[in-house]
Amino acid sequence: MTAPLTAGANPFQDRETGRRLIARIGEKLDRLGATERKPVRLMEICGGHTHTIFRHGLSGVLPAGLEFLHGPGCPVCVLPMGRIDDCVAIAEDPRVIFTTFGDAMRVPGSKKSLMQAKADGADIRMVYSPLDALELARRNPDREVVFFGLGFETTMPSTALTVLKAEREGIANFSLFCNHITIIPTIRAVLDTPGMMVDGFIGPGHVSMVIGLKPYRFIASQYDRPLVVTGFEPLDVLQSVWMLLDQIDRGVVEIQNQYARVVPEEGNPQANAAIDAVFETRPFFEWRGLGSIDESGVAIRERFARFDAERRFAVRSPAVAEPDSCQCGGVLTGTVKPWQCPLFGGACTPESPVGALMVSSEGACAAYHQYGGLRKGAA
Amino acid sequence: MSSNDNHSSPRAAAPRRRVQVPTVTIAHGGGGSAMRDLVEDVFVGAFGDGGAPLEDQARLPMADLLARGDRLAFTTDSFVVHPLEFPGGDIGKLAVCGTVNDLSVGGAVPVALSCAVVIEEGLEVETLRRIARSIAATAEAAGVRVVTGDTKVVARGACDRLFINTSGVGVIRQGLELGIANARPGDAVIINGPLGDHGAAILAARGELAIDAPVASDCAPLNGLIAALLAAVPGTRLLRDATRGGLAAVLNEMAEASRVGVRLDEDAIPVRAEVRGFCELLGLDPLYLGNEGVAVAVVPADRADAALAALHAHPLGAMAARIGTVTDERPGRVVMDTPFGGTRMVDLLVGDPLPRIC
Repeated sequence: MTAPLTAGANPFQDRETGRRLIARIGEKLDRLGATERKPVRLMEICGGHTHTIFRHGLSGVLPAGLEFLHGPGCPVCVLPMGRIDDCVAIAEDPRVIFTTFGDAMRVPGSKKSLMQAKADGADIRMVYSPLDALELARRNPDREVVFFGLGFETTMPSTALTVLKAEREGIANFSLFCNHITIIPTIRAVLDTPGMMVDGFIGPGHVSMVIGLKPYRFIASQYDRPLVVTGFEPLDVLQSVWMLLDQIDRGVVEIQNQYARVVPEEGNPQANAAIDAVFETRPFFEWRGLGSIDESGVAIRERFARFDAERRFAVRSPAVAEPDSCQCGGVLTGTVKPWQCPLFGGACTPESPVGALMVSSEGACAAYHQYGGLRKGAA
Repeated sequence: MSSNDNHSSPRAAAPRRRVQVPTVTIAHGGGGSAMRDLVEDVFVGAFGDGGAPLEDQARLPMADLLARGDRLAFTTDSFVVHPLEFPGGDIGKLAVCGTVNDLSVGGAVPVALSCAVVIEEGLEVETLRRIARSIAATAEAAGVRVVTGDTKVVARGACDRLFINTSGVGVIRQGLELGIANARPGDAVIINGPLGDHGAAILAARGELAIDAPVASDCAPLNGLIAALLAAVPGTRLLRDATRGGLAAVLNEMAEASRVGVRLDEDAIPVRAEVRGFCELLGLDPLYLGNEGVAVAVVPADRADAALAALHAHPLGAMAARIGTVTDERPGRVVMDTPFGGTRMVDLLVGDPLPRIC
């Protein structure tokens, strides 16, 4: 065993560097004349960044002239209830072993979550990779193993490669319930939201490893907003905040890469090839809290139809209305703060979530509830 | 408990029988000779019969107990861990440590344990032998004896290979008053070792992750360490072992019961580099991971150095650290100062920590 590692020993969590960055961010905000009443508003698209900001208490130490808006980048949070109902229906088929990532277990459907369905007797198993689901199919030839594929371009390549492997190995009892979504139409939906208040974007790090920087160019050229692709350590986020403020200060609008140690400018061609081979764009896909967004989801191509759970299990994808008063949509687009929702902390808590943003630990409401209670009005 | 159920054999004087088949079957739970062979081979073979006449119940002399204190502590716990064996321990070691530690954090000196097993048919006899030997070795290390037990065999699918329940009795010496409601503003919060080793080791050992984490469980009996602490700081307010729910659960429970706040210093909390990396990959937080060898102690501020010195002198306390302070702010709440000067709430999780998808 090695010696203990405290937070300060991680170069990306170094306290002194952090303090210097915070001071420099303060200077930039002063130069820009930003105040609590007239803040610079930066949206972190990815739930991982929301998590970093709360876990390290960043919003509490940054000047009041900076406001974080928590965007729609947690794939668990934006799953519509109807798709969860589909999952439950598939999982309750006695032939099926239904496999899912852990944090989708608690997302409420209109009647129950997968966790409740499991308690009611459905054979639902948590896996950590779609390859684990494929292995389950191999070991259980008399069962139908369905993998609940969800996530942005971050998780899409591994699902695509699993489908390709299933085809190559002729595994007949494996299928994918595809709920993958793509990041670019989502950002466009935020930018097109009436009353949009975002001054700049903290861009998703993991998604960008796959898609690279080029797909974001329109944000600068068409919408005149900067974006900085960002890593997930607290210093990554702080540095990106400074880079965004610096662009605003200099009067330029660019797509920059703070996370160059991981994200290649051109993305990952092999991952993209796997995605292109297996998936095709859906004309539209419904998002929880945002409604339908054109070309924001992907489906399995005809060639792989036999691995498509939607075709094998005749899912209904019922349109389920959002619960009354639920403000998830406003929170996702940055027009409502979680604590401004009338349900926050009362009818809607992590124990009993009404809105999806209270379910996943990356959801803005859950993050406020768990980490942000100290400064909820100011964060 | 009927005589057939008891691990103690009515024919202990006769040569011990051995199980001749590789796996446990329903017959081994039937009360006949197969069961007798299993009990004698596996359990009496590992635990011994203590040289006492074997009965349906263990008999503990009152005089011995009375000489050691003025209250009996009694605890029970069930162990259903998967997998049965993992780096740093196994279900048997875990069962003994868990019960010894539950007694010790109440200030009790553990005296005797029971051990009841529920075996799924099909379990390899050799696995059961290894686990029984591990129970015996851990009990010996902790200075306690397994004095009674029970064996049940259930049909395939009725349990997950092997479940163990252990109960334990211990004696609390006169004048020692530890309690979850005893924390006072100003007190120091101390832990004896790094967080999350057990939780990370178990998650990794399940083999469901494509991650090979070089982490072993911290599973250990803490009675020796706690005795050293209580000798150095008799005025220790309270002790808890940070098992399921981790440090966060213990501190929230304490903050609520004692009507105090807790302020943690994230920089001061020891976490091994491997565990930290593992957590960051999976989106987990070491504050919420289970531990099987971490005790949380709250001591008066002016005794914090003495407590740390006592812990540092013990092999299980080499990485002991003062991690926070009890406050009168925000009663019932635990907050943590982050390395950047920010703060965050450390609330209870709703259920188990679930890995994030990306």
